[in-house]
Amino acid sequence: MSEALQELGALLELKRRDCVLGHEVAYGELTMDVSPNTLAPFVEYLLNDSACKFSTLVDITAVDHPGRAKRFDVVYHFLSMYTNQRIRLRVSIREDEMVPSIVEVHPSANWFEREVFDMFGILFTGHPDLRRILTDYGFRGHPLRKDFPTTGYTEVRYDEAQKRVVYEPVSLVQEYRQFDFMSPWEGAEYILPGDEKKGA
Amino acid sequence: MMDGNFNDAQTGEQKIRNFNINFGPQHPAAHGVLRLVLELDGEIVERCDPHIGLLHRGTEKLMESRTYLQNLPYFDRLDYVAPMNQEHAWCLAIEKLTGTEVPRRASLIRVLYSEIGRVLNHLLNVTTQAMDVGALTPPLWGFEEREKLMVFYERACGARLHAAYFRPGGVHQDLPPALIDDIDTWADEFPKVLDDIDGLLTENRIFKQRNADIGIVTEDDILKWGFSGVMVRGSGLAWDLRRAQPYECYDEFEFQIPVGKNGDCYDRYLCRMEEMRQSTSIIKQAIAKLRAPEGQGDILARGKLTPPKRSDMKTSMESLIHHFKLYTEGFHVPAGEVYACVEAPKGEFGVYLVADGTNKPYRAKLRAPGFLHLQAMDHMATGHQLADVAAIIGSMDVVFGEIDR
Repeated sequence: MSEALQELGALLELKRRDCVLGHEVAYGELTMDVSPNTLAPFVEYLLNDSACKFSTLVDITAVDHPGRAKRFDVVYHFLSMYTNQRIRLRVSIREDEMVPSIVEVHPSANWFEREVFDMFGILFTGHPDLRRILTDYGFRGHPLRKDFPTTGYTEVRYDEAQKRVVYEPVSLVQEYRQFDFMSPWEGAEYILPGDEKKGA
Repeated sequence: MMDGNFNDAQTGEQKIRNFNINFGPQHPAAHGVLRLVLELDGEIVERCDPHIGLLHRGTEKLMESRTYLQNLPYFDRLDYVAPMNQEHAWCLAIEKLTGTEVPRRASLIRVLYSEIGRVLNHLLNVTTQAMDVGALTPPLWGFEEREKLMVFYERACGARLHAAYFRPGGVHQDLPPALIDDIDTWADEFPKVLDDIDGLLTENRIFKQRNADIGIVTEDDILKWGFSGVMVRGSGLAWDLRRAQPYECYDEFEFQIPVGKNGDCYDRYLCRMEEMRQSTSIIKQAIAKLRAPEGQGDILARGKLTPPKRSDMKTSMESLIHHFKLYTEGFHVPAGEVYACVEAPKGEFGVYLVADGTNKPYRAKLRAPGFLHLQAMDHMATGHQLADVAAIIGSMDVVFGEIDR
């Protein structure tokens, strides 16, 4: 299985040198790094090429790495029901960059791209209807970014006097508990008195 | 004049505009909190815009601040109709990253309970779909069986719905022999109940009229809209992850994959009925394997992922420390990314897990089959009558726990 994927990855990299930046096979899964501006033609190639036939879009999602210059990884999963293979495409973008939409090629990308926009604030160029999908009407912020607090910024309650649901800033009676499980032996790099001379 | 006079009727072209209605969020046929904005031309649906997210609980965000083991119960709350099938995907993802080998007995128990989950789901779906199109008896009969199955859930793990029974490295506790015997007895009796429901619905004139030729899915639709599960099999493609990409020990079980011919709601109903029969047969096989000598043994891969035996904790200090560390800090998963999926009753349920080497997932994406099925609602409902919308939602088998996450 892994050899076949390795072969497929090498073949794709050879054939579409303009699109593919690199490939790796880990845990029996093929991952290809693709440049954002050639994504749509590459996905179309994967769909139509007889050796690939990645006809089903399984998933689109993103991963936030705030420390990196290219902050977001947009991740695509495809499945071929004909050759029984899976492939993962990874597109790295900066925060101000946009990703071309693949709704033209795979209509099922529509809601996935809306979800990624909703959760991460990544814009997809050429998407027909880029609205929020999962969050509340009138929601602000992008919840799955690492700098968005888990509690959010607003809370809602029913106001007896006004006879309607009101939005208020979150007030916590207790700090949200984010445990630090790092063992002092392997986690933080403490410099004990005297240790600074070790290297000398 | 009794009928009033008709001089208010205008001659020539009248101005007719389309009618917009809200279907839901609280509608008995919406199977949860679904809001559909329907644009109607008379009784014909012109456009259908599903508004989802009313049950959004931010599961993926919450998972990022909890340990791998603490995250497991969230999976019961996704598709709450067949909870253990979701847990399975999470366990498979962790086991793939850590390279854990699941003991044979645990593997068999997982198959057994996954199939019970499939029957649970299909019973609910088939019977409530019948209710959506006007029949009341099937849900009453079907829920009686569901109740029995949920008692089996309860006897295995203590909870009827929120099981948290599948654990990374195996299952939480072993099944007592009496429970296995009772499941066996149930599997003998269940086909009779299925025949009864079959007799109520399959040749029922109204049920057929409401479902046949409604919501037809073609092979092209399947690929374009990313369908999986029964939505694919109802249209004649024998695609089942249990067969195509076997996980756990499904490759040693014998079962048939039922496929439909026309891809309409009626064929999907027939597929689900047959899948329940196949699942019952898998349950019987799993029980036979559990009773065989090869099926005995431990139910957890003892190691860093799983707790030590209770008896060890009484005598060994290391076991006690391990137990304490496991349930406070949790286990660490090596850095990497995997996608693990199972053939859940509704289709392909997958988990894309990005681990960074700590005790918490860096990012976990839950891929729910219902999300894609509901997305195609506009495509499938357009041109149908308003009353067919309920039938199409019913046969899509949507549950908002997993769609909204």
